[in-house]
Amino acid sequence: MQDKTDLTSLIFGRLSLESIPYHEPILVVTFIIAALAGAAVFGFITYKGFWGALWRDWITSIDHKKIGIMYIIMAFIMLLRGFSDALMMRAQQAMAFGGSEGFLPPEHYDQLFTVHGVIMIFFVAMPMIVGIMNFVVPLQLGTRDVAFPFLNNFSFWMTAAGAGLVMVSLFVGEFGKTGWLAFPPLSGIEGSPGVGVDYYIWSLQIAGVGTLLSGVNFMVTIIKNRAPGMTLMRMPIFTWTALCTNILIVVSFPVLTVVLAMLSMDRMLGTHFFTNDMGGNMMMYVNLIWIWGHPEVYILILPAFGVFSEVVATFSGKRLFGYSSMVYATIVITVLSYLVWLHHFFTMGAGASVNAFFGITTMIISIPTGAKLFNWLFTMYRGRIRFELPMMWTVSFMVTFTLGGMTGVLLAVPPADFVLHNSLFLIAHFHNVIIGGVLFGMFAAINYWFPKAFGYKLDDYWGKWSFWLWTVGFYAAFMPLYVLGLMGVTRRMNHFDDGSLQIWFVIAAIGALLILGGIIASIIQFVVSYRRRDELRDHTGDVWNGRTLEWSTSSPPPQYNFAFTPVVYDNDSWTDMKKHGYERPREGFVPIHMPKNTAAGFVLAMIAAACGFGLIWHMWLLVGASFIGLIGGIIIHTFNYNRDYHIPAEDVTRIENERSQQLDRYA
Amino acid sequence: MLFPRLRYGLALFPLTLLGGCGMVVMDPSGDIASQQADLIIVSTLLMLIVIVPVIFLTFFFAWRYRKNNKAATYHPEWDHSTKLELVIWGVPLLIIIALGLITWISTHKLDPYRPLDRIDINQPLAADHKPLTVQVVSLDWKWLFIYPEQGVASVNELVTPIDTPIRFHITSADMMNSFYIPALAGQIYSMPGMQTTLNAVINDPGEYQGFSANYSGAGFSDMRFKYHGVSADKFDAWVQKAKQQGGTLNRPEYLELAQPSESTPVTYYNSVAPDLYHAILNRCVVEGKMCMDQMMMMGKGDGEMADGTMKHGEKQKHGDAPAEK
Amino acid sequence: MTTNATDATQNLPSSHFYVREHHPEQGTLLGFWLYLMSDCLLFAALFATYALLSHSYAGGPSGADIFDLPLVALNTGFLLVSSITFGFAMLQMQLKRVNGTLLWLGITGLLGAAFIGLELYEFSHLLGEGFGPQRSAFLTAFFALVGTHGLHVSFGIIWIIVIMVQVKRFGLTTDNSRRLMCLSMFWHFLDVVWIGVFTFVYLMGVLQ
Repeated sequence: MQDKTDLTSLIFGRLSLESIPYHEPILVVTFIIAALAGAAVFGFITYKGFWGALWRDWITSIDHKKIGIMYIIMAFIMLLRGFSDALMMRAQQAMAFGGSEGFLPPEHYDQLFTVHGVIMIFFVAMPMIVGIMNFVVPLQLGTRDVAFPFLNNFSFWMTAAGAGLVMVSLFVGEFGKTGWLAFPPLSGIEGSPGVGVDYYIWSLQIAGVGTLLSGVNFMVTIIKNRAPGMTLMRMPIFTWTALCTNILIVVSFPVLTVVLAMLSMDRMLGTHFFTNDMGGNMMMYVNLIWIWGHPEVYILILPAFGVFSEVVATFSGKRLFGYSSMVYATIVITVLSYLVWLHHFFTMGAGASVNAFFGITTMIISIPTGAKLFNWLFTMYRGRIRFELPMMWTVSFMVTFTLGGMTGVLLAVPPADFVLHNSLFLIAHFHNVIIGGVLFGMFAAINYWFPKAFGYKLDDYWGKWSFWLWTVGFYAAFMPLYVLGLMGVTRRMNHFDDGSLQIWFVIAAIGALLILGGIIASIIQFVVSYRRRDELRDHTGDVWNGRTLEWSTSSPPPQYNFAFTPVVYDNDSWTDMKKHGYERPREGFVPIHMPKNTAAGFVLAMIAAACGFGLIWHMWLLVGASFIGLIGGIIIHTFNYNRDYHIPAEDVTRIENERSQQLDRYA
Repeated sequence: MLFPRLRYGLALFPLTLLGGCGMVVMDPSGDIASQQADLIIVSTLLMLIVIVPVIFLTFFFAWRYRKNNKAATYHPEWDHSTKLELVIWGVPLLIIIALGLITWISTHKLDPYRPLDRIDINQPLAADHKPLTVQVVSLDWKWLFIYPEQGVASVNELVTPIDTPIRFHITSADMMNSFYIPALAGQIYSMPGMQTTLNAVINDPGEYQGFSANYSGAGFSDMRFKYHGVSADKFDAWVQKAKQQGGTLNRPEYLELAQPSESTPVTYYNSVAPDLYHAILNRCVVEGKMCMDQMMMMGKGDGEMADGTMKHGEKQKHGDAPAEK
Repeated sequence: MTTNATDATQNLPSSHFYVREHHPEQGTLLGFWLYLMSDCLLFAALFATYALLSHSYAGGPSGADIFDLPLVALNTGFLLVSSITFGFAMLQMQLKRVNGTLLWLGITGLLGAAFIGLELYEFSHLLGEGFGPQRSAFLTAFFALVGTHGLHVSFGIIWIIVIMVQVKRFGLTTDNSRRLMCLSMFWHFLDVVWIGVFTFVYLMGVLQ
């Protein structure tokens, strides 16, 4: 705690010039690049006079489609950060042999693997799936927005604020050196006296609030806002998986909030939840964080399963095989994901019966997961498969994920886990399912729904480069880690003695470079697609001959999504409509009731970020001011009763007529 | 396991091939680790029953039902088959039942707390063959091994006789680590204020790697030690060497040793304060600090949870921890 | 599997597939209820923590040593009565009586404030004795659980004040009525949690 309470420490807390890592060349160069890039973007926006539009159309927007796109852009930016961390780790491990300490001292390296994990899970994978859900779910439901549009904007900015704090830690202070779940006692105040763990805690707390609220938001949206006729068993599978994911979010994130709050109390107030002395129990932390952490894995993978289900049915030109068994499989996975958390620490010494119980529940999850795989297979069976990019990612996923699933079940056998736990085998396993599952799923989703969002397809040529580089790169980067795991190499090592291991690390580093190529290819893909947008334009709104409601509206959809609310009779409702010669209405438009944009979400989230920054550095003045600002801001926001407006019928008519003309022209 | 020494018989299996080139996990030298390796192979083979067809079918269907193949059947409305659904759910279920059974049995049989009942597959354990006890303490960032029966201790070097059951009692000074010798047996966490146990046996003499498998801070990468499985004679010689070369390990020496250090050289101690391990476990090495077990006696509670012993698991295993004398 | 109501072959009028006016159901109450369920899990995690650490006295006092049961019983009374008075406020709201609603809300808020006041007194007393949350894991868990509940009640009081101003200024509009219903759920939820705290922490603590 603070000894001096003079003004300087009240304002600056623990922050001093020494906290700025200006003596670290890597960080200085990174900072210069980041500053130049930031200045370039800033200058470009100013030059083009985009600030107003940016503020009005994006930052304050409560349109679920724009929020979804912002989530995905943020995820991409964070992917670049998380991936450069990965590259540095791969380079370090490929170099640091036989007396060489590599180029990263533990001080720096230990932050890298921590921040890599945190960013990839919380600020790449999570925003990516939440972004896709944001964009797609209301469209699939045939509704005009989510249940609580303001909250949706607020959730996004809270997530962004958390991401911002992680980024700030690069240049002001340090990040945790504890591993991505920050187990005590290492993350306690004695093990980690610096600000690193505090950055970890507060960035996750702030982002966690956003995630929890968006979980509530989507649950209500899916339960209440479905189009007429869309019973639960007529919901598109992606929406089903989104529902289950959001249930998991609502049920698991409070536990994360509690456990991080307890850790911060241990650090700030000297309490004894997880301390070694005075009766604290660090095993409680490990249990609680995995009670959140395991469902988190399924939060990430379920929407990816949903994406593959949509893609495989669309591109096979066939109804999804075993719709109801798919739904039940999803539900079973949702429930079971709560009964398996202990498999992350069989080696803690629980009794054999406890370990065996959790091992077997874990294996049981592979049954519904296996059923899903077979369902996708039999959707392809007797289909007419078009190998467009989303389908290519799906096939690659099916093979890759199957392997990852197998090694996962292997790790669920406790005695096998005793020899593989914390080894590079484990690292290979979870990258196998997260890259091969979640990430491939998100690439399939982006390639699939991009035309819906922007009105033109993504470039095929660079898309294929991205696909092949990622796929091959993944195998090159992670298969060696399986081998290394079986050679008894453990994770988070900074350097090695045994020179015979080096070749495997070199192969893995080459794999990482291939993945880098994949990332660059997908950036080129976006740029090229933008420049070729007129050639790639889709005028129909139904570029893939889709099956669900989002393809029934224009691409990009109008702000209100649907001029008239669709009525649903089948789970492939758009296919059903097309089959019956559906023609969209061309007259009789009525005013549409829509929520208004608001800056409240952005402002509140920025205040929350300031509060978090103050808590990290013990700047109590800032903490007090921003806390009062936060409460005051929320209260002021509640006095705003004027939150919606009507799009006049003439505007709707104009927009819809334009679409009619376009459709006629290209018919 | 079910199929003893299976991995030698399966030359086709890639793991076996790679086992030749330094895969210590698949080709260990201790009976427990060997059984764990067998288990990995049995489980993998069992899963391949379903994995191989899935991967094959993925490629086959992708090729067979490609858009340009007009010869293939196309049934856009076909989306259900009760028979197929039965197979889809049934086959994985059967495999998981088999695997679950193996898991239940092997988890109990290979439970690190369970005393051994054999030296290796061919040698049962003689009733009077008493295990060697080694107390293991993970420090920042080195390993302390105390041999209470021999009265010696060593840092970063572990030596035990072959074909003799070893019982490790494991704790940690401040951080959580994981005690792991891949050639000997699976790992188990070392945690401050708590004790875990590992029963194992080494069958082949040799020098093996031991290390912490749980990240514990800056010096973690060098938290390694050499483990020697030796004949009984050589073990006695080693004890003698420790007795001759080593200094004493009382509380002040321990506190000095416990200061963080990296790549600590091998050190021997010829005598160890008899209550030192108990004091480390109960976090009262520093003079005047109350031991956790005493503290719990004072409290009004029964002290069962509060003493920092395992929260889950069976009591007789963990409950003894703070009472260890 | 095709359970669609429409027959595959014939064309149907397109108007079959849309409605001109459709307003989805209001989801605020469901949303708030879901939020409360997540809050409930937050408390569940705290209860679990307390259960685990409730005997870790670390040589310090046990519950029986420090709990002043009559005081806590009085406090429980305040909170239980405040739930009833909130119920009266809701009845007044349904009768569209602004002043009656405000009166009962005010009483509820005061009872809540009395509850917080007594809790703060209890806490400061414990801190004065040297039994702060730093003393032992048991006290850590105790302060965390009871303190989190107290924090919720404090926010509830702020919310009551805000909503009183809003009802006064804007009347019992649809929006305000809905907010009152959310607040009502929140307040009763805190009451339920407190019953758990009182039984589980105080009563069982003293009984031991």
